[in-house]
Amino acid sequence: VNRVVITGLGVVSPLGHTAKAYWDALVAGRSGFGPPTIFATDRLSTKVVAEVKDFVPGHHFDARQIGVLDRVSQFAVVAAREAIGQSGLSFADGLGEQTAAIIGSGIGGQTTQDDNFKRFYKEGATRVPPLIIPRTMPSAPASQISMFFGIKGPTYAISTACASASHSIGQAFHLVRSGAVTCALAGGSEAQLTTATVKAWEAMRIMAPDTCRPFSADRKGMVLGEGAAVLVLEMLNHAVARSADILGEIVGFGMSADAGDLTAPDPDGMTRAMNAALADAALAPDAIDYVNAHGTGTTANDVTETVALHRTFTHHARDIRISSTKSMVGHALGAAGALEAAAVVKAIRDGTIPPTMNYLAPDPACDLDYVPNEAQRSPIRAALSNSFAFGGLNAVLAFRQFMG
Amino acid sequence: MADVASGVIEIIASKARDKSDPIKLSDRLDSFGLDSLDVLEITFSVEEKFNIEIPFNANRPFEFTTVAQLVEAIERLLSQKTAPA
Repeated sequence: VNRVVITGLGVVSPLGHTAKAYWDALVAGRSGFGPPTIFATDRLSTKVVAEVKDFVPGHHFDARQIGVLDRVSQFAVVAAREAIGQSGLSFADGLGEQTAAIIGSGIGGQTTQDDNFKRFYKEGATRVPPLIIPRTMPSAPASQISMFFGIKGPTYAISTACASASHSIGQAFHLVRSGAVTCALAGGSEAQLTTATVKAWEAMRIMAPDTCRPFSADRKGMVLGEGAAVLVLEMLNHAVARSADILGEIVGFGMSADAGDLTAPDPDGMTRAMNAALADAALAPDAIDYVNAHGTGTTANDVTETVALHRTFTHHARDIRISSTKSMVGHALGAAGALEAAAVVKAIRDGTIPPTMNYLAPDPACDLDYVPNEAQRSPIRAALSNSFAFGGLNAVLAFRQFMG
Repeated sequence: MADVASGVIEIIASKARDKSDPIKLSDRLDSFGLDSLDVLEITFSVEEKFNIEIPFNANRPFEFTTVAQLVEAIERLLSQKTAPA
């Protein structure tokens, strides 16, 4: 089997449009939350979201390109461009055929879909623009990355709600590890903030009215986000041969399904996914120093995830630092796992654990070290990134400090 | 009718990749480097501009060779629309 390293990161987030801006903001504990500006709120109760602010498509694409790119694909292509640039890879000369692009999205081109429905159902338009279908399809971000950068190997989208990006990175990891491909672009993108979708989220009664405070007493739910992140995965030998800067190593991937409740989290499914990732990585539980939690800030998730962490790590659970970066960037759904994987890679490389912000006081049912309100300097040997989706679909990635 | 020609030429020019400026009525439609999506978008823009329905289906061979033929077809659709019932 091949070792799989990370040689590029790209991020479009509510905390900036580059991986560096994103990471610096996470370490500083900055908030990406604010009042909605990109959708009408007069019929909503939502007062806070984590939008990707100041994203000007014209700064990244020409008019013709924008015509075929929904916001979800724009985010994905910008993140991929940064990741590829950092990796130094060129996909000409046959490498494109040996490279995969697996990009998750929970929803796809929702703003395009919304605009079309408004125009046709509400305004009674007799005709609609011709490119709605290829802009809307959930695989559009993967296709656009393929076309922009010449990726000609296995290319597809994975849609597993809030675990989409983690499933995508995990599948890409397995493809590179098995030797099926030499490199992979993997991650997720989401841009589903429209009035009607936010209304639908409100109907689930899990949205925080104020802010997201994962694992804290008095937490009131989640804050919706958006964005994209893309990782360049590469066979270690290939990266070494071209003297690439190796940012980290991905060593394991575990999946499970709850086969239970549609939306209620299940500690058994979570535990099985974390155990599967540890087994896939051949890591003992006590080798893990950090877990980037799913940590949505809902009452149910955070208690359940804490139970699952106790079951997985037993006596070692209290030694592990656990944080939820959703406290700063909100829940980007199908992009969340990629944003969090990028944070984990940076955390391991920098020896810095990003905080769980907005933490007020301990909840007796959440009794682990959540790195409240301030980043901690601490070496990380290995870390997990958790994603637990609606529908009971769980995906956990394991990363290790690259030691050569 | 000159309005139709200039309107069509303006729409094609907005999408043409290989532009022989200025676009002339005698230019071949396949000389502009248009891809499949450009053709769809030009069709949509023409329908919007002249408020007509073009019975164009991408499964059938494109029946117009030159800009002039396209303009004539649009003029025919416009005259049908204004003709008394």
